[in-house]
Amino acid sequence: MTPRYSVFSLLRNALSYHENWQQAWRSPEPKARYDVIIVGGGGHGLATAYYLAKLHGIKSIAVVERGWLGGGNTGRNTTIVRSNYLWDQSAALYEHAMKLWEGLSQDLNYNVMFSQRGVLNLAHNQHDLRETLRRVNANRLNGIDSEFLNAQQVKEMVPIIDLREGGRYPVLGASLQRRGGTARHDAVAWGYARGADALGVDIIQECAVNGFRIENGKVTGVETSKGLIEADKVGVVTAGHSSVMANMAGFRLPVQSVPLQALVSEPVKPIIDTVVMSGAVHAYVSQSDKGELVIGAGVDGYIGYGQRGSMQVTEETLAAICELFPLFRRMRMLRQWGGIVDVCPDASPILSKTPVQNLYLNCGWGTGGFKATPGSGWAFAHTIAKDEPHELNAAFTLDRFRTGFLIDEHGAAAVAH
Amino acid sequence: MSGYRLSSGGQIDRARPLSFAFDGKRYQGYAGDTLASALLANGVDLFGRSFKYHRPRGLFSAGVEEPNALVTLRSGARAEPNTRATVVELYDGLEASSQNRWPSLAFDVMAMNQLAGPLFSAGFYYKTFMGPTRKAWMLYEYFIRKAAGLGAGTLLPDPDRYEEMNAFCDVLVVGAGPAGLMAATAAASSGARVILADEQSALGGNLRGSASAQENLAGLAALDNVTLLARTTVYGYYDDNTLGAVERVADHVAAPAEGQPRERHWTIRAKQVVLATGAIERPIIFGDNDKPGVMLADAGRLYVERHGVAPGRRVAVFANNDGAYRSVAALTTAGVAVSAIVDARREIGAEAQAIAAASGAELLLGQVVTRALGGQRLSGIEVAAFDPVQGARDGAQRQISADCLLVSGGWTPTIHLASQAGGPARWDDSLTAFLPGEASQPWRAAGACQGTLDSAACFAEGAQAGAEAARACGLSPNPVSLPGAKTEPLADVPLPVWDARPPHGKGKAFVDLQHDVTASDISLAHREGFRSVEHLKRYTTLGMATDQGKTSNVTGLALMARERKLSIPEVGTTRFRPPYTPVSLGALAGQARGSHFRPTRRTAMHDWHVENGAEMQAAGLWLRPRIYAQGSETVEQAYSREARQVRASVGMVDVSTLGKIDVQGLDAAEFLNRVYSNGFLKLPEGKARYGLMLREDGFLWDDGTTWRLSETQFLMTTTTANAAPVLSQLEFLLAAVWPELKVAVTSVTEQWAGMAVSGPKSREVLASVLDDLDMSNEALPFMGVRKGHLNGLPVLVARLSFSGELAYEVYCGAHHGEAVWSRILEAGKPFGMIPYGVEALGTLRIEKGHVAGPELDGRTTAEDLGLAGMTSRKKHYIGSSMLKREGLTDPARLKLVGFVSADGGKIRAGAHLVAANDTSSPPRSLGHITSTTYSPALEKYIALGLLEDGPERVGEKLVATYPLKNIDVDVEVVSSHFFDPEGSRMHV
Repeated sequence: MTPRYSVFSLLRNALSYHENWQQAWRSPEPKARYDVIIVGGGGHGLATAYYLAKLHGIKSIAVVERGWLGGGNTGRNTTIVRSNYLWDQSAALYEHAMKLWEGLSQDLNYNVMFSQRGVLNLAHNQHDLRETLRRVNANRLNGIDSEFLNAQQVKEMVPIIDLREGGRYPVLGASLQRRGGTARHDAVAWGYARGADALGVDIIQECAVNGFRIENGKVTGVETSKGLIEADKVGVVTAGHSSVMANMAGFRLPVQSVPLQALVSEPVKPIIDTVVMSGAVHAYVSQSDKGELVIGAGVDGYIGYGQRGSMQVTEETLAAICELFPLFRRMRMLRQWGGIVDVCPDASPILSKTPVQNLYLNCGWGTGGFKATPGSGWAFAHTIAKDEPHELNAAFTLDRFRTGFLIDEHGAAAVAH
Repeated sequence: MSGYRLSSGGQIDRARPLSFAFDGKRYQGYAGDTLASALLANGVDLFGRSFKYHRPRGLFSAGVEEPNALVTLRSGARAEPNTRATVVELYDGLEASSQNRWPSLAFDVMAMNQLAGPLFSAGFYYKTFMGPTRKAWMLYEYFIRKAAGLGAGTLLPDPDRYEEMNAFCDVLVVGAGPAGLMAATAAASSGARVILADEQSALGGNLRGSASAQENLAGLAALDNVTLLARTTVYGYYDDNTLGAVERVADHVAAPAEGQPRERHWTIRAKQVVLATGAIERPIIFGDNDKPGVMLADAGRLYVERHGVAPGRRVAVFANNDGAYRSVAALTTAGVAVSAIVDARREIGAEAQAIAAASGAELLLGQVVTRALGGQRLSGIEVAAFDPVQGARDGAQRQISADCLLVSGGWTPTIHLASQAGGPARWDDSLTAFLPGEASQPWRAAGACQGTLDSAACFAEGAQAGAEAARACGLSPNPVSLPGAKTEPLADVPLPVWDARPPHGKGKAFVDLQHDVTASDISLAHREGFRSVEHLKRYTTLGMATDQGKTSNVTGLALMARERKLSIPEVGTTRFRPPYTPVSLGALAGQARGSHFRPTRRTAMHDWHVENGAEMQAAGLWLRPRIYAQGSETVEQAYSREARQVRASVGMVDVSTLGKIDVQGLDAAEFLNRVYSNGFLKLPEGKARYGLMLREDGFLWDDGTTWRLSETQFLMTTTTANAAPVLSQLEFLLAAVWPELKVAVTSVTEQWAGMAVSGPKSREVLASVLDDLDMSNEALPFMGVRKGHLNGLPVLVARLSFSGELAYEVYCGAHHGEAVWSRILEAGKPFGMIPYGVEALGTLRIEKGHVAGPELDGRTTAEDLGLAGMTSRKKHYIGSSMLKREGLTDPARLKLVGFVSADGGKIRAGAHLVAANDTSSPPRSLGHITSTTYSPALEKYIALGLLEDGPERVGEKLVATYPLKNIDVDVEVVSSHFFDPEGSRMHV
């Protein structure tokens, strides 16, 4: 029984110099077989395991992770959460995630610091404005909170934004989702890991999957650096390396893997309270609870697996940020890094069965997977448990790239890709 | 500590006193001081407060690694929070203030956090603040945010300017200490283009101020092939041997001089790189090791030797290696009293012994400092016996009074750039340090950054690395003479001691000073399973402060290794990320500000538009006339008038922004036939054709007319937005897919100015101004293209119509654009000819049901837009094989139709279509409005839109709902061809 976290447990443990805390999750050796193996110990994979155990009563589950939990895009993103997507299918999926976010800390008994400080998407020209208004209306018709602010209202909400005349990209207005905001990315991975572990899920780190055992078109296990592990079902959630995994299973994916970069500034006292995003200039910014400006950039111009990103993208992004916020020029970049995003042609994810029986795939979240973490895990767990997608992810098939039933969300993605 | 200015010595100019202020109090220093050394000289020992516990903190180092002495430099628009006092060069009138304290540095209310210290264990915030309600976090967070964040950023825009430089060189040498100087000298001797960069205010590193270094630098400065960059931090190592550097041009003065940038960003592309980045001393931790007065040993030496400042009046030293004895020697030479030397080693070399003896200090071998004593400043230390296996012993501790403790735990080579370049670091057991790993890009390391601490060896290594780098560039270096340096008698090999506390030692033992990460936080992280290096870092925030763990990372790893009972390399290290030290955002943004942020594209007629009252609007990078308002006209009134006049008589619109691509070659027609979905093979010379382009997946991508100018030459036009993407797609196809086609493409968008002359009188107007063209219907039929002259200027005239009227597009060389435009308008005067903007252009095309950007949004098919007839069944073209998939032919797809307002209300773009009787909340969307206008021809609000079962619903009444404003407009579904559906007007 995992002890609950609370201010009282904190006080009690403080009295014993914090020497009696238990590990947040066990680190067991893998068993010979499991009912379900999740490949990939990021937020989506851990959430999948958690909901499989919690909602679908599956007892024997393992998460195998090549490195450390949350070491991929879960721990590299800019932590933004919103659900204001254009199309009905996406809106339903991301909004389901949003509702789970709203109770996630309590559900997991782990403070993921979900902070509904609002997300602004700026419109800089007539074209942006038209797309923004269309999206706001579409959101409302899908029951998603969505507002439109004119330039003056944007200024009131974000006083430090520069709206002086003559700016190269004047702000004409913005959409606002007040329920959107940020969450602490690492805590999401750790919270799900702890929650899953408490429900009996084996979390196995430093265990690389090198191949799948497939018999008669059906997956029966995974070959790992710790040996063969058998399983009835295998779910693959390895953002950044999905094509590599699919290749091991003998099929191809329509995804491109591209470095997406982000950076943080040195911490300063609160200076910006909301999340501000601009698709037109490829930049977004928020301020973390620690005080760092968290700045997201566009993707690199070429595909690759280097988790770094190019200097030129950093420069372009900061030029855009400093145009919107000229007072940031004297602040300093503290860290810059990249993550590898798997991008689908329609900028929507794949949450689907695959050509291999009992092998399931969750990938292609492009530049915006973090916000979907709870919903993605929830729907993927359903898909694995029932061997068929939930209504929420029924449209997000791998097959849609054959049939052409695309869910084109290029306009709703934070940055062009 | 009680620092004071020595009566002599130091590389300061005592003839140049400088006045400065810290927290409003005025002090004096000298040229050559840093803010840190000047404050130290004035006896200041309290520099800042820590992040979490607000503990008082003093100077810890003399360089970029400083975790404690963070101040806000300057004020107002030039305020720079979190600036390390140790790297701020003093200037007259400097103002700085302490941060993260209230009301004052000496008395900080937030220091109460220390009382709650037992609660504030690593990651405590993940375990609480979750109730009583879901929303409660927002309240807790408000206060947490206020408490966090160190200094405050300025709220004023930065008045300074930043420059960008792009440099190419054969050899970049990073670091101008002994190894770097020699590397640059050796490389330069070959004639190689060399850049030597160093972060300090002067080049030379540890040799700064020495005669040999001065001579060496003077020699380098005299060479044309060498660029010397002081105050320049090479902060990042990227792919293809590209490195980023920032030169602080005017940070050492109050404000940049007129015309001078504050900082200059260098993008350096080097064939070869020599990393001579040195090493940073590391501490040993013990109880309350954060007391002001505890300082790195080498920093103590630097303050004495470089700034002529004694770090204290009664200095104790704590070491596990010989490096600290250099500091003892320097202090002794300067006449600073060293009271005790505590060395964990039981035996030390003869040279160290001699230095200790000369200092008169008590030498305590086989002992360690277990705790620092004192209140807001150090007053003494506790010392205990030490066993290399058992650690420090409990009990029987001795106290020694001291106002300054210099600590040396060995050296951490500065491998950041090597690590960024790729390749995992390599562990060296004797130095207990990570060294650069294998080079995956063309760099080589020399000197202390690869563990060589002896000066003579650094010279030799540097010279060798420089020579090898030059040779790798295909050049022949000459032998260089090495400065005479005798082999160091001091051994820097440390006895591994990380945590000197006895088992039941008192006081907090800080690993990461700025973030208040203690040894017990690391134990807790281990206990809770956060054992991988990255989890340790993220859970405890170790190494994530503004100093990026320069003095704490290795210690943190060592403590985790101890917990896990592994060796340090088995625990591993995190990958270093750019930048090496924080870089101002302004330097990275560079010159791309204001109008330089993105180019503004203006057509040849731009000035005319502005002078004639056009309201300009952005279209991508372009500016286009929106309307030419007269008097107090509204936008709607203006475009209605313009559109009405076009249909009644004639008007002209600037279409120069359309993408224009010249397509030439023997296979040009074949190429276009593969690119467009409709046929282009048989397009005759002198004719234009409207073409559709699909993406490979079968969706619509772009449209435009392409004109056949000769057998082998076409002029293709694209939408404004897709001009560049279409060109790159064509280039891709020719380079990669059909290299056998003899075709060349080039952008001519900016070479041609274009204007569309539309309206029933357009023929008469043009006939009157063209020198040599027969404008009759027979001579220039619909879609005909002719070359002619206007006032002697060559022009292309194509009979095309977007408005549905008799219309022509006239193209001329961009330089003649305004002349041709004005001449045509003048000729049109008798007909009441007007210029019209993109609003009226839109009105006219919507009335005709022509699609544009809002319909061609990348999500529609030709069939959706009623253009299925333009997708050939007889040939293969880009997109053809994917076009007939079920997702693209599904009857449920939204289709283009027209709408007219049934109740006179304005239809808004972005409105959604719902059934008139849909009472659900929210109602189900059946589609959306894409383009809207008031139609002067129909005298109604009309719109185009995409609708479920669109064509089947013609005649049906729907509601265009706009939930944002709660506006519903009754609309009737109609054909998208509102006006002159037969097209009779344009064929006259």
